[in-house]
Amino acid sequence: MQTLKEFQTLTGHSDRAWCVSWSPSGTLLASCGGDKTIRIWGKEGDKWVCKSILADGHTRTIRSVSWSPCGQYLAAASFDATTSVWSRKAGEFECLATLEGHENEVKCTAWACTGNLLATCSRDKSVWIWEVTADEEFECASVMSTHTQDVKHVKWHPCKEILASCGYDDTIRIFREQADDWECCTTLKGHESTVWSIDFDKSGSRLASCSADSTVKIWQEYEPGNSEGVVTTDNISTWKCVCTIGGYHERAIYDISWSQLSGLLATASGDDTICVYKESPSPDSKNQPQFELVARARGAHSQDVNSTEWSPTEEGLLASCSDDGIVKLWKLEQD
Amino acid sequence: MGNLDNANPIVFLATKERNVLPEEEDDIFTDKFDTREIFDLIRVINDPEHPLTLEELNVVEESKIKVDDDANAVHILFTPTIPHCSMATLIGLSIRVKLLRSLPSRFKVDVQITPGTHDSEQAVNKQLADKERVAAALENSHLLDVVNQCLARRATG
Repeated sequence: MQTLKEFQTLTGHSDRAWCVSWSPSGTLLASCGGDKTIRIWGKEGDKWVCKSILADGHTRTIRSVSWSPCGQYLAAASFDATTSVWSRKAGEFECLATLEGHENEVKCTAWACTGNLLATCSRDKSVWIWEVTADEEFECASVMSTHTQDVKHVKWHPCKEILASCGYDDTIRIFREQADDWECCTTLKGHESTVWSIDFDKSGSRLASCSADSTVKIWQEYEPGNSEGVVTTDNISTWKCVCTIGGYHERAIYDISWSQLSGLLATASGDDTICVYKESPSPDSKNQPQFELVARARGAHSQDVNSTEWSPTEEGLLASCSDDGIVKLWKLEQD
Repeated sequence: MGNLDNANPIVFLATKERNVLPEEEDDIFTDKFDTREIFDLIRVINDPEHPLTLEELNVVEESKIKVDDDANAVHILFTPTIPHCSMATLIGLSIRVKLLRSLPSRFKVDVQITPGTHDSEQAVNKQLADKERVAAALENSHLLDVVNQCLARRATG
C-alpha cells in the first residue's frame, strides 16, 4: 500500500468548497464554492498561499471552475444560471465575459483541447457548446438536450473534439460534431444512480465514471473495425463497461480524476474519504482490466469530499476540497 | 380548503415532553444522540398545508428514526398522509434542513419516504439525497421562505 499524506491545508472559503482545478502548468490551483468566490492558490517558497480572490462574478454558489489549455482563461459555472470567463493578464484576473442562456443552475464547464470550444451543462438538462472567437468572444454553437434530467458534469476528450457528459438520469452521453452540427452519438448505461463525474485517461480511449451508487466504472472505446469484433454501427465507436470498482466507498462518489502522469485514479466521496486505485497487471487489460486500491485516506476531510484532481505536472500531487470549506493538498507516498 | 391534497387528515396525539435525567444535565457526561432527541427536533415541524405538526399527522414517528452516534449516521423515514401527496418533497426537505441546522456537521443524514407509502417514492428519495439540488433549492429565496415557515415554532394554545 501507499499513503496519501496531507501536506497542506488551505483555508479561506467561508462556505462549502465545491471544486478544485489545477492550471495546465500546475503552478496555480483554483477553488470555488458556496461563498460565491473563486480562490486562486499558488506556491510561495515551499508553501501554497491564496494569490487572488475573484469575488464579484456571481450572485449564487459557484459550482465548478476549469482552466483553458493555455492557462490564460478560467471558466466558472454558477447556480445563478451564468458562466463567467476570466482572463489572466500580467497575473491579474478580470472577468472577460458572462455567458447567459441556461435556464437555471450551471453545473460544470470544460474547455476542448484546442481551446476553441467551451462546453457548459445545467439542471435545465442541456449541454451547450460555445465557440471562442479570435477576439475573445463566445458564440453558442449548439444546444444539446439529450439528457432527460439535470447534467452534472462535462469533460472533453484529451486530444479530439469529442465531449462526454453525465448526470441525474444515470447515463453518460458522448457527443461529436457531424456535418456542421453537434449530436449525441452514444449513451452509456450501467450506473444505478446519478453519475456525478467522468474523466478520460491520457489516450482518451478509456473513460472512468463515478456515481451515487458508490461505484466507479471503466468504459473502453471500441473503434469501427476493432480486432475484438465488438459491433459498431454507423462508423461510430462503441463504448463498453469493462470494469466496475465497488466496495471501497460507503456513500456517493462525487468526483474522479485520472492522472495523465501516473495512470492512477482518485475518487472523492460523501463518506469523507479519498481513494486511489492503480491498474494491476492482467492477461487482458484492454477488455478486462483490473484495478486495486493502493491508498485510502479515511476522514480526509471532516465532511463530504466534493472534488479531487491530480496535478498535471507533479506526479502524486493531489488536491481535494470539501463541505468543510477546506482545500487540501496531498502527496502519494510509498510506505 | 378545497385545494388541499388531503382535506381531512387523521390527527394523532402528540407525545409528552421528554423526561430529562439528572445525568443528562451534568456536563461531565457525554450524551450520545438518540432517536428521541432526533424525534424532538423534527416532530414539531409544521405541515405545509395543515395547522398541525408532522407528529400530529403521524408523518414522523420515533420508531422510524435510526441513529448511530458513533458512526455519525441518522436515518429517517417519513410517511406522507396520502400516496399522491404533492408536498412530500417539501416535507422531506424541511426535515433535512432542520437537521442540517441542528446537528453537528459530522452527521450524515438520510431522509427517505417509508417504503410503499408514496406514488413517487423513488423520485422523491433521489431528489432528497442529491446534495447539489438541496443546496440550490436553499438558495432559492421563495422556497427557503416556505421551508422556514415549516420550521418556525408556532405559538401553542
